[in-house]
Amino acid sequence: MTKIKTSFNRRSFLKVSAAAGGGMAIGFSWLVSCTPQSQEDVLANTITPPDEWFKINGFLKIGDNGVTTIMSPNPEIGQNVKTAMPMIVAEELDIDWANVIVEQAPLNTQAFRRQIAGGSQSIRQSWEGLRMAGATAKAMLVSAAAQQMEVPAEELSVSKGKITHEASGKSLGYGEVASLAASMEVPEEVELKNPKDFTIIGTPTKNVDGLDIVTGKPLFGLDVDREGMLLAMIEHPPAFGMKAKSFNEAEIKAMPGVKDAFIVSSDPGEGNRGWTYANNAFPQLVTIVGETTWQLMKAKKALKVEWETFGTLESTADHEISLEKTLGLPIEEPDRKDGDPNAAFASAAQVIERTYQAPFLAHNTMEPMNFFAHVMEDKAELEGPIQTPEPLREAASKLLGLPAENIHVMMTRMGGGFGRRLYGNFGMEAAAISQRMKAPIKLIYTREDDMTQGTYRPDYKVTYRAGLDENNQLVAFEVKGVGTDGGPIFADRFPAGAVDNYHAENRTKESSISTGAWRAPRSNFIAGAEQAFLDEVAEAAGKDPIEFRLELFDRAQNNPVGEDNDYDAARYAGVLKLVKEKANWGTETPGIYRGVAAYYCHNSYVAQVVDVAIENDVPKVKKVWCAVDCGIVVNPEGAINQIEGGIIDGIGHAMYSGLTFNEGRPEQSNFDKYRLIRHTEAPEAIEAFFVDNGINPTGLGEPSLPPVIGALANALANATGKRYYKQPFVQEMEVLG
Amino acid sequence: MAVFNLNINGKQQQFDVDPDTPLLWVLRDHAKLVGTKYGCGIGQCGACTVHVNGGAMRSCSLPVSAAADKKITTIEGLGEKGLHAVQKAWLEHDVAQCGYCQAGQIMNAAALLDRNPNPKDEEIAAAMDGNICRCGTYIRIKAAVKTAAENL
Repeated sequence: MTKIKTSFNRRSFLKVSAAAGGGMAIGFSWLVSCTPQSQEDVLANTITPPDEWFKINGFLKIGDNGVTTIMSPNPEIGQNVKTAMPMIVAEELDIDWANVIVEQAPLNTQAFRRQIAGGSQSIRQSWEGLRMAGATAKAMLVSAAAQQMEVPAEELSVSKGKITHEASGKSLGYGEVASLAASMEVPEEVELKNPKDFTIIGTPTKNVDGLDIVTGKPLFGLDVDREGMLLAMIEHPPAFGMKAKSFNEAEIKAMPGVKDAFIVSSDPGEGNRGWTYANNAFPQLVTIVGETTWQLMKAKKALKVEWETFGTLESTADHEISLEKTLGLPIEEPDRKDGDPNAAFASAAQVIERTYQAPFLAHNTMEPMNFFAHVMEDKAELEGPIQTPEPLREAASKLLGLPAENIHVMMTRMGGGFGRRLYGNFGMEAAAISQRMKAPIKLIYTREDDMTQGTYRPDYKVTYRAGLDENNQLVAFEVKGVGTDGGPIFADRFPAGAVDNYHAENRTKESSISTGAWRAPRSNFIAGAEQAFLDEVAEAAGKDPIEFRLELFDRAQNNPVGEDNDYDAARYAGVLKLVKEKANWGTETPGIYRGVAAYYCHNSYVAQVVDVAIENDVPKVKKVWCAVDCGIVVNPEGAINQIEGGIIDGIGHAMYSGLTFNEGRPEQSNFDKYRLIRHTEAPEAIEAFFVDNGINPTGLGEPSLPPVIGALANALANATGKRYYKQPFVQEMEVLG
Repeated sequence: MAVFNLNINGKQQQFDVDPDTPLLWVLRDHAKLVGTKYGCGIGQCGACTVHVNGGAMRSCSLPVSAAADKKITTIEGLGEKGLHAVQKAWLEHDVAQCGYCQAGQIMNAAALLDRNPNPKDEEIAAAMDGNICRCGTYIRIKAAVKTAAENL
């Protein structure tokens, strides 16, 4: 057993306990009202509701019948933390998972830390805190039971919410001691389980919202409905670099169902409308408020807006030129330099140089941006799909002139995030509209609004050079990359550390197009480029692509170059060896063309083999083999689903997707022109394998996406005899027309 | 504005709306049935799929005037007695990630199995091709449709 000090969360527990007043908590009543049907259904279907709840700490409350509610602190965007995070609490609490109800917590900075969905960090950064929350509550319940049974706490054992005193044969359920436990002192130290004793962690567990999802319950931001709520829609400038001057206000106001129309500003003064300064292209929006969605959509169509141009109206052709030009600038101060790359290239027996490119991408969450806001005189309620609730509250506080503590932020389940909902401009817009209307409103973006005013994945271009000596050893490596608002290269990642002479250099180009984090930022481009390049270098060296990479990992592990290498070469090699074994790499299957890749990002290691066949003259991904090292796998069911999703997402965007511009206007505004991967194009099978090493868990929302682009490119090269350098690959494929 | 009689999930209801109002918004705004989702508004993503007289239709592109007096089934009414076999299969395979598109996927799958009780893999993919899942749950959807076919 590990004893661990609880100081990490003690302060917040104490605060919460005190606020609950005497330990009994009916709390969260306003929260329950958000999803009444959902709660009642769960209770009616599976669990008998208790008569009374007792709040033990910020994470959980226990009913008098032992039913336990665990709060899931972080925003749920489909990465399944709403199941996984409470599983960790339940594990240390030692309760039967069948007796657990999960509720989404609101933003509560006193009770929870880092309520963010981003960087695949929810599990990794909350692992210790979640375990402690469960273990602390368990200790308080055991203390209460000891007091009630009049026996020493050390003589008690716990299993599935039942506390037993073996010597006397007495036992008490958590529900029977919850009232007393809530008033117990928070222990200074608690014991955490030995991972080998885990019974919930590591067990495939279904999505806690599964039933509500398949029966169509109101779960999402767009489903929020309140008494007296008005609807609002916006019209943003058609081009980046434009703003609204005036519009046919009188005509719009006279339309059926329209309550008001105006130009609203959601800029709190510093340009920061939430998490960062990104997505500040359109702080002023033409707004129409009304009663029904269709009436607003018709009014939106009737808008005649006079736009004025204040910036450069960029086209994709301009972006091509600026990428090329920036990449061609003379070498500047590198992000990292080892050895003497120039000399090494000069004396290399063979130099390979390749350039890779990828377009802007929209996030295209299936649920378009939306938010509910009810701004009152002295307080405000904001509810909707947001990956960064705390920065939204801070920015809203400035915008509305209200203290942050008077702004209540609730996260709904989100119809996808992928990074778009890190930038809460839509929440700010809803708040500004509600304040002006003095009414509760729900802002709704159309698909076109959503796709054409994004915080896009930047366009990228990168050039690699590799030098091989006469023994086909990699002796020099150079990478120069450029992207809008920042280059794509992680200078300290592989193959840094594995090559004596190394040069990495990031360059930035400016653009009026707003960009931001898109699932696995930068990695979503650079992994594919790097892994496709290494495939060509292995080919030039006459080596098997897996053996070539393993040689480099071996070098990085046993005799690393430099000290700042941002990866563990042994774990990197571990996933590559695992996928090699599982996919039977090296065996030939007629009609199947293979590609391999490995990548490390977001603290997890992934290696993949992609099997492609040519069917009816079109490449078809038959199967993806995926080995993952993310440490302890909290929920294998959800983990495999994330891996599958990341792979399909990566293949889809690399093959088919891209956003282009014409004089500042996005040329794709809906799914008729913006191509997303569909059922017939998805891989037929994906098989995932985990490295079992007991290391503390790391994230899985992103890591399976980046490498698959490289593995796909390599498989396509083998299948078609042509290398693919520019995404989306479909444009380079003659067979696809 | 005009009054339309709609039979939604076996219940006769009247709505006073513009004749060109898409069925999607009558369901969501007026009938308060929000299980049917808005995704694109142009019949490209399938999130808004409902059954009209038993067939899968894109409710975002179907004016209420064309749905009047027809039998409309939404995700809320799919399982007449408890869960439909497709919904059960979705739970068994833990299909959903974000979950937003799944009502449309389920409605489309249920309509597919109605007309083709034992679809082959490629028939499933072809029939489901109009339903986008941005999270990429396509493999699980295919497995769930096959399970549902076995259990129907």
